Amino acid sequence: MADALPPPAPFPTVRDTPLDPPAALGRLRGSHPVSRLAHPDGSTGWLVTGHALVRQVLADPRFSSRTELLRSPVRVEPHEPAPPGVFIGMDEPAHARYRRLLTGQFTVRRTRALAARVERIVEDCLDTTEAAGPPADLVRTFALPVPSLVICELLGVPYAFHGDFQRWTTAMVSTASGPADSRAAEEALTAFLADIVAAKRAAPGGDLLSGVIDAGALTDEEAVGIAMLLLVAGHETTSGMLGLGTFALLCHPDQLALLRADPGLADGAVEELLRYLSITQFEVAARSALEDVILDGRLIRAGEPVTLSIPAANRDPAVFADPDELDITRVPNGHVAFGHGGHACLGQQLARVEMRVAFPALLRRFPGLRLAVAPEDVPLRHDMPVYGAHRLPVAW
Amino acid sequence: MSRIRIEADPGRCVGSGMCALLAPGLFDQSEEDGTVGVRDGAPPDTQRATAAAAAAARCPAGAIRIGDG
Repeated sequence: MADALPPPAPFPTVRDTPLDPPAALGRLRGSHPVSRLAHPDGSTGWLVTGHALVRQVLADPRFSSRTELLRSPVRVEPHEPAPPGVFIGMDEPAHARYRRLLTGQFTVRRTRALAARVERIVEDCLDTTEAAGPPADLVRTFALPVPSLVICELLGVPYAFHGDFQRWTTAMVSTASGPADSRAAEEALTAFLADIVAAKRAAPGGDLLSGVIDAGALTDEEAVGIAMLLLVAGHETTSGMLGLGTFALLCHPDQLALLRADPGLADGAVEELLRYLSITQFEVAARSALEDVILDGRLIRAGEPVTLSIPAANRDPAVFADPDELDITRVPNGHVAFGHGGHACLGQQLARVEMRVAFPALLRRFPGLRLAVAPEDVPLRHDMPVYGAHRLPVAW
Repeated sequence: MSRIRIEADPGRCVGSGMCALLAPGLFDQSEEDGTVGVRDGAPPDTQRATAAAAAAARCPAGAIRIGDG
């Protein structure tokens, strides 16, 4: 029989140190890995912080991903169903119907075939960085544009529109633009993606979006939803990893030196940065119980929302030795940074290719890379679902 | 050592590519929908058996089973 639980408490978001999850999450993982959560709208739910339990929930179809059933642990939001095509917020069979249209495009083989294009994009962005400084804001010149331009490739965005596309995607994910600007950018992007979908229908290309439209018997609304999902899922996240990953390496000069000396360590470095940084800090990994479920001795009732803490799971000492150490040679590395179960990140192999190319290229280009401000002065995305650096001023 | 036997269920597979990433000699992904295929179901050496176990452990869909050969 499990012991009595503490009363529902608000979700911990305050970090004592920039690269570690809130300490309260680690304490909960040790004492009550399934605990009661108080949502800002007054309702209550559950918070899961242990690695094995997070995996268990993410792989259990009794926990729904339907957007209208989920609750944010940090803000009050409308509870609307996912738009057509936005399958991240759907359960089976709708989810699989869309996902299966895309899985063939994100295989290890296909994403590796994109490596040459990614290398070109990374070098172009490094040119921009070099021309901008020193000092330069690596988020603006490198971390944001690299994934944005890779998505241009996937969606077959004509070169002439790359500038517009980058401006809108940046405005959509950056807090510097303010909520009104973000909304305007999202509307502009939606209209633009509708134009792209129409163009691909008329004249299909070799890009992923053309392939999906060709295979899928999709409505225009569904195709635009899929395109928007790929953009939202692939941009802010990879961008966050490139910026924060560079920050983490600069804060751990021994690890940076290891990677610089042996680019063959890049695969392991990427896995470890994914684990250590776990940038999807809330909202991204969420479920809602469709029926009563006993989890770790606790009764989760049908209808109750569940928040999964990826950062807490990826620092679980039951799975990782010295979990709070950044060790780019860590083997094995069974992190859940890309989730688990049927909704495991579809683009994870592409994200790996982008990071494996980008980090070594950055270190190669700038042998003297360093922060241009004190580490405590790097502004961080504390209050956003995807953690990262707002800006990363660097010199070389 | 006794050999192992690898089985994979494309019906459960969600196309994450973890198996093809961790044990490319043993697993492949379909060109059409990215689902798992077994290239070598009975690897002879310990190294590849270890890679197969890692792929099974990291598979997000639980689509890979390792049994005794």
